[in-house]
Amino acid sequence: MAELSVQDIIKPENLVYEKTKLMTDKTLSYCPGCGHGTAHRLTMEVIEELGKENDTIGIAPVGCSVLAYEFMNIDMQQAAHGRAPAHATAVKRLWPNKVVFTYQGDGDLAAIGTAETIHACNRGEQIVIIFINNGIYGMTGGQMAPTTLPEMKTSTSPFGRDVASMGYPLKITELISNLPGVQYVSRQAVHSPAAARKAKRAIKKAFQNQIDNKPGLSFIEIVSNCNSGWKMTPNDSNEWMEENMFPYYPLGDIKVDGKLIEK
Amino acid sequence: MGELKLMKGNEALAEAAIRAGADGYFGYPITPQSEVIEYLMAEKPFDRTGMVVLQAESEVASINMLYGGGGSGKKVMTSSSSPGISLMQEGISYLAGGEVPCVIANVVRGGPGLGDIQPAQSDYFQSVKGGGHGDYRLPCLAPASVQEMSDFVPVAFDLAFKYRTPVLIIADGLIGQMMEKVELFDQMPRLTDQEVIEKYPWATTGKPKGKERRILTSLDLDPHKLEKHNQHLHAKYNEIKENEVRYELIDTDDADYLFVAYGSSARICQKSVKLAREKGIKVGLLRIISLWPFASDVIKEFTAKGIKGFLSVEMSMGQMVEDIQLAVQGKTKVDHFGRVGGVIHSPEEVVEALEQKIIGG
Amino acid sequence: MTEEIIIAGFGGQGVLSMGKILAYSGIMQEQEVSWMPSYGPEMRGGTANVTVIVSDERISSPTLTYYDTAIILNQQSMDKFEETVKPGGVLLYDPNGISKHPSRTDITIYKIEGAKIAADMGNTKIFNMVVLGAYLQIKPIVKLENVIKGLKKSLPERYHKLIPLNEDAITQGMKNVITT
Repeated sequence: MAELSVQDIIKPENLVYEKTKLMTDKTLSYCPGCGHGTAHRLTMEVIEELGKENDTIGIAPVGCSVLAYEFMNIDMQQAAHGRAPAHATAVKRLWPNKVVFTYQGDGDLAAIGTAETIHACNRGEQIVIIFINNGIYGMTGGQMAPTTLPEMKTSTSPFGRDVASMGYPLKITELISNLPGVQYVSRQAVHSPAAARKAKRAIKKAFQNQIDNKPGLSFIEIVSNCNSGWKMTPNDSNEWMEENMFPYYPLGDIKVDGKLIEK
Repeated sequence: MGELKLMKGNEALAEAAIRAGADGYFGYPITPQSEVIEYLMAEKPFDRTGMVVLQAESEVASINMLYGGGGSGKKVMTSSSSPGISLMQEGISYLAGGEVPCVIANVVRGGPGLGDIQPAQSDYFQSVKGGGHGDYRLPCLAPASVQEMSDFVPVAFDLAFKYRTPVLIIADGLIGQMMEKVELFDQMPRLTDQEVIEKYPWATTGKPKGKERRILTSLDLDPHKLEKHNQHLHAKYNEIKENEVRYELIDTDDADYLFVAYGSSARICQKSVKLAREKGIKVGLLRIISLWPFASDVIKEFTAKGIKGFLSVEMSMGQMVEDIQLAVQGKTKVDHFGRVGGVIHSPEEVVEALEQKIIGG
Repeated sequence: MTEEIIIAGFGGQGVLSMGKILAYSGIMQEQEVSWMPSYGPEMRGGTANVTVIVSDERISSPTLTYYDTAIILNQQSMDKFEETVKPGGVLLYDPNGISKHPSRTDITIYKIEGAKIAADMGNTKIFNMVVLGAYLQIKPIVKLENVIKGLKKSLPERYHKLIPLNEDAITQGMKNVITT
């Protein structure tokens, strides 16, 4: 087979994949191998496919995805650490016809912002929360997170997370799924094409719930890797995630149409 | 003439929020201002004007709800008292940095810490010097009557949107809990969603078709860009200083001495002026209305005209007095008299303090 | 005209609402008014007091050291406020429950058997209106018709049927106040 030139490759008929126009052209600041980029893209694809690019307001957190607004090509606010659900609560209540979501990491959502998370869920705010759980504080350099696994080493648990003194990994997703204000809860991953496809379906369902004016909050957890923080190669981190994170944080729907899924 | 009512300051503030066409109130109960949210909940403003009222889980949530609401171009407000306002400081700093308009009322109580629930004015530094981190200022209005608790709400909203900044209303437990006659202004219309979109192109209301998206953030990792942003904020603050100084002069024409006071203290000083004048002491009152920007130029003028001394009367150990000293530059006598911890000075002891600290001192 | 009044007694005696009705009456005749209560936990079952000022002019300090009139309804308040009446001023009290009667000679002291009269009228809740009537007999700063208007303003609609009873109580207070 003859070598294809670049010009041959980029012919329109060869197009198999196009970046959503709701992602900006700015180079992602995430580490190579990190799941954030995929999670961003899936979220933006969903908003584009639902035709809501002119009606969506996103709230960025503090953490690795603090700069989400640089990459997501929609109107966005950047919240103080943990407070994104408070922003989203007000935006949605004052603009009930708009689509409102937060995008938050585990430190933001499950540590400093626990109160805002639980109370937004409990009030049944009609918003979407996209929660990226990588079990570590990435941006500040790999400190222990509320979701860090037992015995897992981080820069603030250098001998491993000792649950007796440091507490247990917080299953915030299971916690909030028990609240009547929550409509839909699903835990997904984005480390493989198959997982990403499933995750996208879940994200789409979450946004569709809001557009369909279904009562309550839709919550998507994405279990992700942090190869830099975990000090592994991207591939190793994905394997480690499958072996260690998934048993503790099992994937799949947890609550659908306001009903907990029997396991 | 508007509707006359006998109302608590807190109730007047709440009613004024509805009438000013506010879109949302987000708050958390704390004495001595819980009547604000109680009144709003009882009044069902959602039925009256479509205004949203929400009891948040904390003051931290309330202030960040203001960011969400104000950031999307809506007129939003919260109220609290000292400890709650301390909790809000992070959010206030973000609001100032992100240039998000909103109104925050502080019905001040005794501190520090949990303090007590009685009136105080010990949050002056926190209010006017920037209570949170970073280099920012907030316009700050101090009502001295129930009437002004009502009247200052639309003024505060106007300032907030004119300059894209959070605006403080600083009252105290006395102004909040006291009832007085108040003439309510007529209902102002809320802006429609379309009006908000047209009027506030910076607001995150959904990316307009064919236009750039809007981002509200206080983050800029590039030091040079952040320096520029700070310079931009500073220029805005200078404009506010130029245009928004508010004060009232009472019996100052022939005055040898001036009380300088705001809020409840200014009310008490009005009585002290009468008592002192009965004794033959020519004293007047400079009532500070905008704590920031501060009426420094007025104080400079009085100093130049040969006023013999200023007594700052505050329910604090001496905070505003520092701004008076800065304006006076040592050219005449300046002293402070204050009661604290929720103790309110009597009009008589204010006169005694003038006699001892300024006239005889 | 400026009348500076302290009303003090137990929480539950209607101290605050008496002040409120008086203030509302002032508004009805286009006067300036202020009503400043002691507030906080002490109100819950403890002593309550309120400073009411009715004036033809802009009101200066809403909290005061000395008063034109003190209306005193329990012993603790007597201990605290007898000395705060301006020389030449008025002290009105209900002797019910008072063990140490006022002794100043530079003020005029009046008595009203408010609790007893209210009980005789079959409704202890109108006690404060009896006392208000007594006060208005001594110092008719507001017209009775404006008090009735004030009552209408300050009472929820569902209590308006009680206004005639309140009016009777005020009249009884006016008739029965005595100087000591």
